[in-house]
Amino acid sequence: MMILCRQIVAALLLMMCALSQAQEGSLETLATQLIDASYREKAVLAEQIAALDDERSLPLLSALLNSALYYKKDDQRILIVAEDDSITDALSNEAVENLGRRDKKKIGVNNSLRRTLRNLISQAQINSRNPDIRLQAATNLLKSSADVEPEIIHQALAKEQNDAVREVLSLVQGLILLASDQAAERRQGLAALDGSLYPQVRASLNQFIQGFSEEEKISRRDELKMAEKSLADIETLVSMNGYIENLYFGLALGAVLLLAAIGLAITFGVMGVINMAHGEMIMLGAYTTYVVQQLLPQHIGLSLVVSVPAAFLVSGVVGVAIERGVIRHLYGRPLETLLATFGISLVLQQAVRSIFSPLNREVATPEWMAGTFMVNPALELTWNRLYIIIFSLLVLALLALVLKRTLFGLQMRAVTMNRPMASSMGIRTGWVDALTFGLGSGIAGIAGVALSQLTNVGPNLGQAYIIDSFMVVVFGGVGNLWGTLVAAMSLGVANKIFEPLAGAVLAKILVLVFIILFIQKRPRGLFALKGRAVDNA
Amino acid sequence: MTIQDNRGPLTRLLMSDSGGRKLILLMLVLAVIIPFCNLVFAEGSFFHISTYTMTLLGKYLCYALLAIAVDLIWGYCGILSLGHGAFFALGGYAMGMYLMRQIGDRGVYGNAELPDFMVFLNWQELPWYWYGFDSFAFAMLMVLLAPGILAFVFGFLAFRSRVTGVYLSIITQAMTYALLLAFFRNDMGFGGNNGLTDFKDILGFSLQSDSTRAVLFIASVLALIGGYLISRFIVTSKLGRVLVAIRDAESRARFLGYRVEYYKLFVFVVSSMLAGVAGALYVPQVGIINPGEFAPINSIEIIIWVAVGGRNTLYGAVIGAVLVNYAKTVFTGAFAELWLFLLGGLFVLTTLWLPKGMVGLWDLIREKYRHRQNTAAPLAQGDQT
Repeated sequence: MMILCRQIVAALLLMMCALSQAQEGSLETLATQLIDASYREKAVLAEQIAALDDERSLPLLSALLNSALYYKKDDQRILIVAEDDSITDALSNEAVENLGRRDKKKIGVNNSLRRTLRNLISQAQINSRNPDIRLQAATNLLKSSADVEPEIIHQALAKEQNDAVREVLSLVQGLILLASDQAAERRQGLAALDGSLYPQVRASLNQFIQGFSEEEKISRRDELKMAEKSLADIETLVSMNGYIENLYFGLALGAVLLLAAIGLAITFGVMGVINMAHGEMIMLGAYTTYVVQQLLPQHIGLSLVVSVPAAFLVSGVVGVAIERGVIRHLYGRPLETLLATFGISLVLQQAVRSIFSPLNREVATPEWMAGTFMVNPALELTWNRLYIIIFSLLVLALLALVLKRTLFGLQMRAVTMNRPMASSMGIRTGWVDALTFGLGSGIAGIAGVALSQLTNVGPNLGQAYIIDSFMVVVFGGVGNLWGTLVAAMSLGVANKIFEPLAGAVLAKILVLVFIILFIQKRPRGLFALKGRAVDNA
Repeated sequence: MTIQDNRGPLTRLLMSDSGGRKLILLMLVLAVIIPFCNLVFAEGSFFHISTYTMTLLGKYLCYALLAIAVDLIWGYCGILSLGHGAFFALGGYAMGMYLMRQIGDRGVYGNAELPDFMVFLNWQELPWYWYGFDSFAFAMLMVLLAPGILAFVFGFLAFRSRVTGVYLSIITQAMTYALLLAFFRNDMGFGGNNGLTDFKDILGFSLQSDSTRAVLFIASVLALIGGYLISRFIVTSKLGRVLVAIRDAESRARFLGYRVEYYKLFVFVVSSMLAGVAGALYVPQVGIINPGEFAPINSIEIIIWVAVGGRNTLYGAVIGAVLVNYAKTVFTGAFAELWLFLLGGLFVLTTLWLPKGMVGLWDLIREKYRHRQNTAAPLAQGDQT
């Protein structure tokens, strides 16, 4: 039945092709003529094709411009070769398969033909019915610094209804007017360009100001002043956007620090255990993401979602094992705990190195996390950072909920406050310790999932974050989740604000020095515990 | 105690210290035999000791001195510094700067005024902090002062505000980490990533010749003995008693009227200077100093030397440093993959089961042996009691 249907459809298509080919001046005849035409004839043909009201003509012209237009040698069908080497018929839009390299031939273009094509395409796009295509076309025109006939823009602007497209088009027109030799038109152009954040506008204004000779600076003084003022306005706006971008980067770095430090805030802050292997828990989480992704190569987005609980489990179980195996015997001896867990971190690093090789592993980013979103032309923010900020806050909220609202959280707090009392109330303190440590480690694993989206996954991943995480916990005050949040965010932002002033490395050093000095002043952090807890902390 | 003591201070110091006596004796023997075997016997002879072995041993001795420095503060004052590698590296850099100046115009670029890396970076003149390093005496002074001043400032701030325990450990680690980052920068003027290397000679003697190496080895032995005696003197003095009191009960020592922070500061600075000397002897023997020496892991490795050897004994630190580093040489050569497993395992094992290290283990075995003898001869026991 299916086969029959397909045959009927194919037959119909063939008939239609034959019919339309017969028509004089149709896309089919014009396109086939392209094969044997000279470059000059091709230009004429391209104009005729552009004039047709046919939605196939635009892709065809673009393909011709990008040297992606071919024809099949035996039946002279016109083919478009996409970037991934898949071939489609330009006229019927059917996929063409099993084509040898020698069966098709390119339809050539030269530079003057390219210019004509570019003009034709932008004209066609700007008159397209789809506003998205029009906006895209207008932005492209702006980027190619308005290498287009002024008349096209003028007409398009006159009939344009969409505000966004109008704005960009009027900028293009402004740029064209700016290059005019009439003072009034130049002034009109300057007025149109005022306050725009597009880098091209800034560059053109700069060029415009540079272009003044000494005499012109006097004769065209008001023009110069106008240009300089709007340039200054634009610069202020751009630098403000720069600050916002830095702030955003800082918050994202803070979110990463927060994720890395929350787990530590539990193991170090609540339990008082120095876990130097904390960084390796993060690393294990990142490698779990890698493994899950290898298992689900087709579903990158899904694998990331699955990785979160998987990483929590892997790191959490390793954490419980460490607590039961080693740390349990070392309570009350913090320095020894530090050394033993450091030893564990070395073993874990080497284990990962032996299993996965010392080279970095790449973890793919799902599509919905890649790319940027544009707030305005001078400010583009990346999606993955936004997700990480949200994710870190979610984890923090969830943890606060567990601590405050669950039985386990209650038991955990009870054990921290008064171990013998908790024990005599029937709480199994040993297990609470193990689970608390597992919780902290598991959260470190979740941090690893997030980090795998930002940096390379390698055996040294954890090392890079361990000192920073300790700084965050110490800075924020031990045993205090709010302190951890504030400390992580302020350290992240401080790092990114110093960075443009002093360079990345120096910024890091400055922040470290600042923390060392800060601890002098407030040895127990920003939000210090008060009262009797101080002695035990 | 009432007996009039008219022996020299050295004998008094070593009288009650059998471990130290053995260590110094062994060191003196090494200082004679190894250079002798290296220089007198020809290559291929049964008694010949290669320059490579001698230099390797010299390196171990520098590490041993570093371990003594750490044991002095950790074992006797409870300060667990995770940044002592920084003092070691600073001493090394001071020595390296002197050695760089000694190269003169024999560098690749043949510039008599500037070291090669500065020529490479297009620097026009020597930065001010390189002045004076042409003089050996000045460089030696800096070997002591550079780590000493850093330790003084850092310790003053930390101890005054009563940063103790793990907090101190973590900020010392942050300190060495910050220095690591700083020394990696090219515009710091310390050779950036590559550090200082390509040394030619020291005090006019070529660093490549066997006799210079032998002298450096003897100098390392003497420095180790000197460092040991200084530390021993400190810990057996009245001041040392206070240090131990601070280690065991800091608040109580403070309430008894001792200015805890000054005691700590003093011993911290002395320890940092010892580490600096160790670094200064290390660099000419190894032939390079680079920012990698500041890496936090290096500083933590020192701790494991002391822990394995047995803290709180000083000579235990020497044993630990030599043993662990010998194991490192063997393992990184033969089974590179296993080394980190072994090192990590050592950390866990010593902290869990050998809190007193090898020295403690030896004492335990001896005790058991004695106990068995005693039970075998109950009469003797009866006599004693």
